[in-house]
Amino acid sequence: MSTAVSEILDEPKTPAVGRKRSDFVYYGLRNKKLVFGLGLELLLVLFAIIGPMLAKYGPQTLTGAQLHHPGGTYWLGTDSLGEDVYSQLANGIRESYLVGALGAVSAAVVGMTLGFTAGWRGGILDEVLQMVTNIIVMLPSLVLLVVIGSYLNSRSVLFEGVFIGLTTWPWVARAVRAQTFSLRSREFVEMAKLSGKRPLEIIVRDIAPNMASYLFLVVILLFGSSMLLAASYDFLGLGPSNTVSLGWMMNQATQNAALLYREWWWFVPPGAVLTAMVAALLVANVGLDEVFNPKLRQQ
Amino acid sequence: MRRYLIRKLITYVLAFFVGVTIDWGIPHLIPGDPIQGLLARFSQLDPASYAALYKTFAQSFGLNVSLWQQYLNFWKGLLTGNMGISISDDPNTVTSLVFGAMPYTLALLVPAVVLSYIVGNRLGAAAARRKLLDNTVLPLGYVFQAIPYPWLALVVPYLLGVVWHVFPISGAYSETLLPAWNWTFIASLLDHWFLPFLTVFIVSLGGWAIGMRNLVIYELENDSSRYLRALGASERVVRRYAYRSASLPQLSGLALALGVVIGGNIVTEIAFDYPGLGHLIYGAITSQDYFLLQGIFIFIVIGVLIANFIIDLVFITVDPRTRLSMQGAAA
Amino acid sequence: MSVSVQNLSVAYRSRRGDVTAVDNVSFALADGEIMGLAGESGSGKSTLGNALVYLDQRMKATGGTVTVDGRELPIADTRAMRPLRMTEVSLVPQYAMSALPPTRKIGKLMTDLLKSHRVGDQRAVMTELKRRLELIGLREDVLDKYSFELSGGMRQRVTIIMSTLLNPSLLIADEVTSALDVSTQRAVGEMLLEFRDRGFVKSVITITHDLAILAQIADSIAIMYAGRLAERASTDAIVNSPLHPYTQALIASLPEVGVRHDQVTLTGIPGRPPSLVSPPAGCRFRERCPFAFDKCTQTPPFVEIEPGHTVACWKASDERGAAAGRAGQEQAV
Repeated sequence: MSTAVSEILDEPKTPAVGRKRSDFVYYGLRNKKLVFGLGLELLLVLFAIIGPMLAKYGPQTLTGAQLHHPGGTYWLGTDSLGEDVYSQLANGIRESYLVGALGAVSAAVVGMTLGFTAGWRGGILDEVLQMVTNIIVMLPSLVLLVVIGSYLNSRSVLFEGVFIGLTTWPWVARAVRAQTFSLRSREFVEMAKLSGKRPLEIIVRDIAPNMASYLFLVVILLFGSSMLLAASYDFLGLGPSNTVSLGWMMNQATQNAALLYREWWWFVPPGAVLTAMVAALLVANVGLDEVFNPKLRQQ
Repeated sequence: MRRYLIRKLITYVLAFFVGVTIDWGIPHLIPGDPIQGLLARFSQLDPASYAALYKTFAQSFGLNVSLWQQYLNFWKGLLTGNMGISISDDPNTVTSLVFGAMPYTLALLVPAVVLSYIVGNRLGAAAARRKLLDNTVLPLGYVFQAIPYPWLALVVPYLLGVVWHVFPISGAYSETLLPAWNWTFIASLLDHWFLPFLTVFIVSLGGWAIGMRNLVIYELENDSSRYLRALGASERVVRRYAYRSASLPQLSGLALALGVVIGGNIVTEIAFDYPGLGHLIYGAITSQDYFLLQGIFIFIVIGVLIANFIIDLVFITVDPRTRLSMQGAAA
Repeated sequence: MSVSVQNLSVAYRSRRGDVTAVDNVSFALADGEIMGLAGESGSGKSTLGNALVYLDQRMKATGGTVTVDGRELPIADTRAMRPLRMTEVSLVPQYAMSALPPTRKIGKLMTDLLKSHRVGDQRAVMTELKRRLELIGLREDVLDKYSFELSGGMRQRVTIIMSTLLNPSLLIADEVTSALDVSTQRAVGEMLLEFRDRGFVKSVITITHDLAILAQIADSIAIMYAGRLAERASTDAIVNSPLHPYTQALIASLPEVGVRHDQVTLTGIPGRPPSLVSPPAGCRFRERCPFAFDKCTQTPPFVEIEPGHTVACWKASDERGAAAGRAGQEQAV
């Protein structure tokens, strides 16, 4: 397209340093999805921090009042053992965020390192990584986690998070590799090479900023999927021992036939909140994608 | 194309190898002694009985031979279809248990995946061109995608089973019936099948709809769509071409989503007490039936590989580029 | 006149308001005329060409009329334009390399288009199509191939054939030679000429920044600068006696074959075109023009200085005015 007009319309396909930060902020604030998603997520995170402090009882404290309906002293009622559901919920949210973050971070670290290396070096290393990625992606992760986890006697939150990360890193690696590959042969990288920069410097200074937006999106998605995977995992009873989590709550509810006894306050809140947590992430993710990629903006 | 197929085959074979090795390797890599864990269930054993029992278990686990031999034995067992006898459900063989549960899982999984894919794609494509539809489909899609399987597996039966007594909430068929090829039985089967199916269907639906919507939007704005419009093609024709182009990446997405759907399936079966593979896994976990667990894992891996292969075949027939290109898969 | 464009203005919607990319442009084409529309990147030539066929959501026509074969083209009304596209006006796009949908064979693509236009006798058209393919040296089996199986040159030619299949009165050819090697460029250029000679298209506007190609195939040339027409005349006049300083600089900057540049320095035109967001008042070439004087702060009108030769330049029109005055004086004497 013509230069004079294009500088107004399309974001120029120049290196990240050429783009105006004000553009991002401008479009960011105007993007409904980003604002809504991010806003909701922040609210939930705030709740994760403050919520447990507002609870009158510990999550596993026996209050003596079993299966109370929500209201009064027990905001969300109590379960069959007399534990306060609200307290469990608030603490469970914390735990979910923690596991999600651990999962996303471990997957990101492993995935980015391997992806960078494969994309940068190419050759056999790249072929091997692609093969490994394809294989791991094919194996059903929950089943794998189940089989491995059932052999373990005690599990910690750290373990669960890292574990989940180790089954989802291929997604990150793929994305990073593809981006590195395509950026590697772009002009500004050639120029950096010509000017004698060391490879590590090129990676950090020239390639990373261009991938940053894309990587950010991928990590957000990973965060959400980690939380969902952890919930299923906890639901199966394989979660961290002695920890209250949203999945664990649902597991307890099922084991005590909460369905049949219509104790909806036991299983509806945890899943509903988790849905909100992940949905907000997804929506914010899309909004962010639209801010980064003008083509997606539907006007 | 040959190179493409060969590459794929190698991936499958390797994946199978890796799956089997992991499956075999897990009990040996995990700290702790699985036999001890088993024996812990038998309280009050005098040392002599303990030692004898230990030896028996060691033998049945095949742990009395070298590691390498154990590995080979594992392979032998797998290839002859002998995955051992279930510890918890003695004397039933692992294979028989798995085959008994498989039809239920397939009956749940296949229609749910296929239907959610087809319906999701239609919805997504429709949402891509009509702003009004988009405003409902999009947020709903995100919410559906974000729903954790356990939650839907609790809420759906709660509403449709307990509150409004439309469907039963557990089992594969009514307890009062005996399996027989008559309408009553089949009706009961379907009755019990519907809610678990609905659960898996809903969660998958969101993802497909959103994916297709994004792809179609992208295709509607690309160069070939612009050209078609410039040549006066009706918007319907333009849409049809965009849909066709968008279908290809969606299809490869199907293969990738399988792993996730299987996980969701497992969770759903457990929540509904539906006697499929997921239910079997759960039982195996709680009773520490390692043979059964390992057997189920292998079968699932095989199933996923077969499904991937089928999707690859479909992809080849649908995508002209893969069919005709003489080069290997592009980077 | 086959094609007549009067005071056409086209603007882009942007975050900062409407940007006028085509500002009050007027010209006319005779039947069978090939006009070259030349200018640097950002001059608005592509916008002008595309606006005549398909105005997408980002663009809007802010004034003027377009008439083809005596009928006004409703370019602002996308719906009304649809049946006219490909039949009256057609486009060979700048992105011809990626214009053909990859998931359909070429032949099927053509029949789809014919169906969309409710062409009655499809068989006759397809027979004609095969004849034309043969004419330009493409084999009939091209119809059985997918776009990605064709080379760049083949794709360009197939696109031209597709766009002209229904014999449009006006063809817009947008940068049809830019992505090609020199010999294919020549082949495509000859193809355009042949199509015009055989009546497959009536008039052609070929948009390019490459004056050399125009010199070979265009009957007349229009030079655009910063959204406005600078000069319009026959090819001969533009190449040999350009009147607008911009055109003169363009012609002068063309490298000559066989000349070594230790003998003659390659000159460009210093400076850059003005931003169209807030264009300067008066003549837009003023800042880069070696002949600019105070009158140039007023917008020069696009006037016919000599028969068939229109220019928008005060210097040119003043000189002609002075010359006419002198001639008048001589006559009187």
